[in-house]
Amino acid sequence: MQDIFTKSMARNIYYGGSLFFILLFLVLTFDTHRTLPERDNRENLTEQVAQGKRLWEENNCVGCHTLLGEGAYFAPELGNVYKRYGGKEGIKAFIQSRPAEGIPGRRSMPQFNFNDEELEAIAEFLKYASEIDTQNWPPNIQG
Amino acid sequence: MQYPSQNVARLYFMAAIGLFVVQIVFGLIMGLQYVVGDFLFPAIPFNVARMVHTNLLIVWLLFGFMGASYYLVPEEAGRDLYSPGLAKLMFWVFLIAGALTIVGYLAVPYATLAKITGNSLLPTMGREFLEQPWITKVGIVIVALAFLFNVGMTVLTGRKTVVTMVLLTGLTGLALLFLFSFYNPDNLVLDKYYWWWVVHLWVEGVWELILAAILAFVLIKTTGVDREVIEKWLYVIIAMTLITGIIGTGHHYYWIGTPAYWQWLGSIFSALEPIPFFVMVLFAFNTINQRKREHPNKVTVLWAMGTAVMAFLGAGVWGFMHTLAPVNYYTHGTQITAAHGHMAFFGAYAMVVMTIISYAVPIMRGQDAKGNRMQVMEMWSFWLMTVSMVFITLFLTGAGILQTYLQRYTDTPLPFMIVQEKISLFYWMREAAGVVFLIGAILFVLSFLPERKTSSSSTAG
Repeated sequence: MQDIFTKSMARNIYYGGSLFFILLFLVLTFDTHRTLPERDNRENLTEQVAQGKRLWEENNCVGCHTLLGEGAYFAPELGNVYKRYGGKEGIKAFIQSRPAEGIPGRRSMPQFNFNDEELEAIAEFLKYASEIDTQNWPPNIQG
Repeated sequence: MQYPSQNVARLYFMAAIGLFVVQIVFGLIMGLQYVVGDFLFPAIPFNVARMVHTNLLIVWLLFGFMGASYYLVPEEAGRDLYSPGLAKLMFWVFLIAGALTIVGYLAVPYATLAKITGNSLLPTMGREFLEQPWITKVGIVIVALAFLFNVGMTVLTGRKTVVTMVLLTGLTGLALLFLFSFYNPDNLVLDKYYWWWVVHLWVEGVWELILAAILAFVLIKTTGVDREVIEKWLYVIIAMTLITGIIGTGHHYYWIGTPAYWQWLGSIFSALEPIPFFVMVLFAFNTINQRKREHPNKVTVLWAMGTAVMAFLGAGVWGFMHTLAPVNYYTHGTQITAAHGHMAFFGAYAMVVMTIISYAVPIMRGQDAKGNRMQVMEMWSFWLMTVSMVFITLFLTGAGILQTYLQRYTDTPLPFMIVQEKISLFYWMREAAGVVFLIGAILFVLSFLPERKTSSSSTAG
């Protein structure tokens, strides 16, 4: 057995296999880029959405929530919250109404004191995210 | 210890284990926040505790990998480290940068930290695991490059072994892939696509090379098995890792706006990802069975076996459980993911760092192994941590199955927060297991304290 499968054969599989699959991965990445415009909702990627994404990041929303299933699992999925809350107003009202000192014994989102422009940007960002073609994920409106 | 410069590893190991203990404490805080929602609110909100928990994990593992490299590379290369001074300097740069970042997370709201560190100049913050301000990220790059230069020069001007070449490949990949953390487009799909090039290609790609190289080094040293045999195993493991793991990235491209063919590619290739971990189990057990000597450091051999088994269970089995696209459709982003993450990181990476610490620290103190009493204490720490991590994983899996059913699978799906209340029993059990884990980690630290001189202690070096 040791004579049939030698160290240099193992090494060649490592080099050859790695190189092949790195190249294949790059080709697939290229193809993904080519077809993304059909599903990534870039036509609605406005300045306001970009500002909303920045606010999403600079307040570390992903530290509690998931967005398209990625993030922390402490608070609800927000990729479809625009649909779940029936539009932007519901989202904005929820964010605004969080008590600064929390809710006794329960999880509560912090009060971020956003102004109207910031709230609108965040809501626009979540609307944009909800319109990305995610192959019908999540399975239902609860996220 | 053959070369005095190997001793710089000691600093790195001490920092690694110190940060590990702090990481666990923040894990317990988060675990409690899962069931007592207002615990420490608003002083330490959950997202802050989580950033500290996950970033400390990354930082202490990097400390561990660097310490491991500084220890094993001189011995493999047959020469002293190229620059021990640079290694010491970079240790302090990394420790201070890391500490300041953690203090920043805890001291001010995250948005304030983003403002004072100039995130608007180069927005990279606020993405999972990559929450660090860009200054910290630049610091990480500088430390990584200086480290690679130091280790690279040592290897290239010394004896080149398969272990060091694989280690160096893994470390280079680690540094290069981290550069994608600076790419943060407004397009959410592209952002996520390349975010995985750091996260997935690290933990299911190049980090596995580092893991395999460290494990191979420890097995060569503790079993005395012929290097040729071990090197062949090593090539098989890392070949299978990259052949399955690179396209396996596709299992993150199911539901984020990427083409549907990733569901096939991701499912097929990531279903094969357990193979390298299974080969690692065979490798560890075969090598130890065929050992040519009885190394006095028995607990290190226990850690080496444990690493292989737990990495296979955590990364291989628990990863496979939710990696097929039709299953992942229901489990994506639930406690199932958390369960897998905990056992995989502990089994593969935390345990391999403790393996090399367990092997190297006694030698750096001039002994082959610790005295019997301290070895037994370390074995207790091994079993307490390992068994409690199995239970943490099982409780989170239970929580995840219920969550998946109640929120996603049933005909009458319930809202997220309602489901969280229904499964809180599992979170309490997880927290209890977490306390046992902390005790295990503390025992690990205690087992490395200086031994009391007793007549029976064997300190022959």
